Amino acid sequence: MAHLTSMPALEPGQDRTMILNMGPQHPSTHGVLRLILEIDGETVVRIMPDIGFLHTGIEKTCEAKFYQQVVPLTDRIDYLCPMTNNLCYVLAVEKLLSLEIPPKAQWLRVMLNELTRINSHLVWLGTHAMDIGALTVFLYCFREREDVLRLFEAVSGQRMMTSYFRIGGVALEPPLDFFDRVRAFANRFPSKVDEYENLLTGNPIWMMRTKGVARISAEDAISLGASGPTLRGSGVDIDLRRDMPYSGYENFKFKVPVAQEGDVFARYICRVQELRESIGIVQQALDGMPQGPIKADAPKVVLPDREKMKTQMEALIYHFKIITEGFAVPAGEVYQAVESPRGEMGYYVVSDGTAKPYRVHMRSACLANLQLLPKMCEGRLIADVVAAIGSIDIVLGEIDR
Amino acid sequence: MPFAPAITDLEQLKEHPAIARLLSWNRAAVEGAKFDRDEMSVYVERCSIREACALLRDTPSCSFNYLSDVTCVDWYPAEPRFEVVYHLLSIRQKERVRLKVRLSGDSPALESVTSVWPSANYFEREVFDLFGIRFTGHPYLRRILMPEDWEGHPLRKDYPVEGYR
Repeated sequence: MAHLTSMPALEPGQDRTMILNMGPQHPSTHGVLRLILEIDGETVVRIMPDIGFLHTGIEKTCEAKFYQQVVPLTDRIDYLCPMTNNLCYVLAVEKLLSLEIPPKAQWLRVMLNELTRINSHLVWLGTHAMDIGALTVFLYCFREREDVLRLFEAVSGQRMMTSYFRIGGVALEPPLDFFDRVRAFANRFPSKVDEYENLLTGNPIWMMRTKGVARISAEDAISLGASGPTLRGSGVDIDLRRDMPYSGYENFKFKVPVAQEGDVFARYICRVQELRESIGIVQQALDGMPQGPIKADAPKVVLPDREKMKTQMEALIYHFKIITEGFAVPAGEVYQAVESPRGEMGYYVVSDGTAKPYRVHMRSACLANLQLLPKMCEGRLIADVVAAIGSIDIVLGEIDR
Repeated sequence: MPFAPAITDLEQLKEHPAIARLLSWNRAAVEGAKFDRDEMSVYVERCSIREACALLRDTPSCSFNYLSDVTCVDWYPAEPRFEVVYHLLSIRQKERVRLKVRLSGDSPALESVTSVWPSANYFEREVFDLFGIRFTGHPYLRRILMPEDWEGHPLRKDYPVEGYR
């Protein structure tokens, strides 16, 4: 963690600047981000982000757990997109195990992932607009987010920490009316996005606060490690779902929104368009949902059905073995990256052939995106810092892990 | 989707553009390579890592222009103890490569790649903080996640999971 004293001493003659501490309890820092600002009047001269307030040592904890016990930890990294983290981790372990996942599980994963993206973008849009002063949008967004959370609750029993994906498939068959409820949501959601856009996209105040603000060029964005909508807002056309498909994304048709300006408004436009594309993917997943099992045929890795466990000796033995001593994963290493709502979420999993991961590392999109903040804001007004933080959509749980 | 067995013979892998480029630059810089589960890993000699990264970034045939991640694995008590792992991505060719540097457990240090990719700044600070590996030439090598006055490096294998009591 940085301290005020760690700022290099100011040059003589520059004593007109002052140091301002922003956060870690400031509402517009979206969690526990602390910024040390050196300001000259209203102008920001330098910014130093200070992170680590939410560090809980998840990577270390993973090393002491069985592979299947890590899944709930991945929820807690990024509490706005738990399913994306679940997916990334289980894909990495499945790659280590060379496990084949049945199509229905893959499609369910894609569908829930896109709902997660919608959930995350809705929180982003609501809070981002609220930071800049458009309070109404927050209420609109949380209205639809509530619908998504109810869907998550229906399918996994939890609103936020879902842990629904398992190594080898998904935890449970979705409830009977689940797909009808998702379809009803998918049908009404595009008109809701119109409502948000009516409030913001053409709004002169919104445009003044976002257009030309916190601009970043494509070269800077790449060299500073930006990913996701932050990178696409600067005109770099890359989306891992399309370019390096995983979990059956190659079966879906969707556009990747790209904007050229590289300012707050460009990133806003990218994310709002992504809302529409995501709901399109959900529709496609509903229309083409395959039939069949939801778990891989790997009794040593996947827990048996409760019914079988209570009636068949063999299933009971497997269940007992998996719960008490886990399952061995062949030695090796895998880096699996997925397109999270914030950018490239990567899991680097190293196995030494035992039932516990030797090393789990999470590549956090937010950590890299946060490095853009000084470049975006230095030389601009303090009020623009708030807009810039919102536009890179940070989640401190993922940064600090 | 069973994968083919891992290939660890450098002779078989020298056609890969990244390895070919590194070999033609400096044979001694490449200590080995592994192709496993569709992922390519290249072991790079410790002193060459910064130049190797710059080379892979600037060569048109590979153009690994994006640094995804820097992390580390501790193989305690084996020697060399640490493996610093770089994940590179080519945005144009949609391809990844993994570079690895082996470091001994005795005051581990290597050259920072922040001059090649400024994004390495936070990643290397994190590795320094949690593993105690020094990156020479880093502009601001201080703890990033743990408190400034913390003792020890938590992700080392000889650091207990529940911490020192």
